[in-house]
Amino acid sequence: MSRVIQIAGLRYRYPDGTQALDGIDFHLNSGESVALFGANGSGKTTFVLHLNGLLRGEGSIEICGMRLADGTLEQIRSKVGVVFQDSDEQLFMPTVLEDVAFGPLNLGLSPDDALTRARTVLKRVGMAHAFERAPYHLSAGEKKRVAIAGVLAMDPEILVLDEPTTFLDPPTRRDLLSLLRSLPQAKVVVTHDANLARALTSRAVFFDQGRITGQGDVIEIIQRFHWEYS
Amino acid sequence: MHHLVIDRWSRGSSSLHQRDPRAKLAALLVFLVVLSTTRPGAQWAFVAYAVLLILTANLARLPILGLASRAALVLPFSATFALLTWWSGDSLRALALAEKSFLSGTAALLLVGTTPLTGWTAALESWRVPRMLILVIQFVYRYLFVIAEQVQRMRWAALCRGPKQRGFRLAAGLVGVLFARSWQRADGIYHAMLARGFRGRFVPAPPAPFRSSDALFLSTCLAGCLAIRMLL
Repeated sequence: MSRVIQIAGLRYRYPDGTQALDGIDFHLNSGESVALFGANGSGKTTFVLHLNGLLRGEGSIEICGMRLADGTLEQIRSKVGVVFQDSDEQLFMPTVLEDVAFGPLNLGLSPDDALTRARTVLKRVGMAHAFERAPYHLSAGEKKRVAIAGVLAMDPEILVLDEPTTFLDPPTRRDLLSLLRSLPQAKVVVTHDANLARALTSRAVFFDQGRITGQGDVIEIIQRFHWEYS
Repeated sequence: MHHLVIDRWSRGSSSLHQRDPRAKLAALLVFLVVLSTTRPGAQWAFVAYAVLLILTANLARLPILGLASRAALVLPFSATFALLTWWSGDSLRALALAEKSFLSGTAALLLVGTTPLTGWTAALESWRVPRMLILVIQFVYRYLFVIAEQVQRMRWAALCRGPKQRGFRLAAGLVGVLFARSWQRADGIYHAMLARGFRGRFVPAPPAPFRSSDALFLSTCLAGCLAIRMLL
């Protein structure tokens, strides 16, 4: 099984002096799914923003065999698809179809090819009825599906999902889970939801104050760190 | 919210909705130029412009009263200048100022009420309006809804903690927090754009063909406006 993410000694300090990441070593294999647990402010989101170079700290980051640097940034961003926690931040184009075509157009596809790919991906996530709708007219679950479509349209090898089930009701959560399980990409899932982690991932990593303080089987990590409501 | 209603209107299916946005934008510009150069005393001309707008709204199947009430939102601004003009002794010009601003507002609403945002911004783009300006319009429109919802939630939260809270202190607090949140959101949007390969330039969509029916529509508007301007 090949490594799609290999990180060693990653450190990051915010401009206000907060040490958000303090020596992170992490790896992810092709097709594997891993959950990132940890309290609010423990560094999980800061960590995932490093995976496609949105934040740049010290240390070594290799994605699909490419070392993250200025020259590889574009390629790496096409390999790592990030689905942000707040879908409103991700859906910025006037219509759903244009939003999903945004990434493929940036990859250099012709407008016709980009729209064809956008339509295909929207059908795959069950949003074929919403091509011409404005993103602000969608429900929270629909917005999340379109946000995922926007990332899938770039044909990434790794999916990064930041709190994917936040604001979703149980049926929508269930639908989203089955969609995510059907996707073959390797996944990094930032979540507080132990049920989601159990259903979607096999391995978990626990963050505490910018460090990884535990990793292993997802059920074992949930039990070791008491990461459940009851 | 008013912009929600207009957004719904813009997705209609009348023959006016189906006209090319470039033709509608050109027709609007012609109307505005003709209206603004009409002499203040030509009251029959203003009546004719109003009839023209009513007929157009009817063609677009838009509610006349709904349009008029929204267009009237410009009146407090123009009324200030109209009042000053009236006090200076030129009552005809004052009346014309109010009439022109109301009719201009109605015409602009007819455009946005029959053309989705993507349509008229694409028309502006095809006329080589600076891309940055169009982007700002699109982003403001897109996030107006999100910010409006945020204001509503914050207002409710404030009212829950004291039903009599209102006034400058509350408004100032809301605006301050809203500004900080909007700043954070802008940062998040930029990150999301970068994550999907954005390199500082949007890839434009190819322009749609301009049909003969669009040319006919534009010619009719042009002829109607010029006829009123010259005959009345």
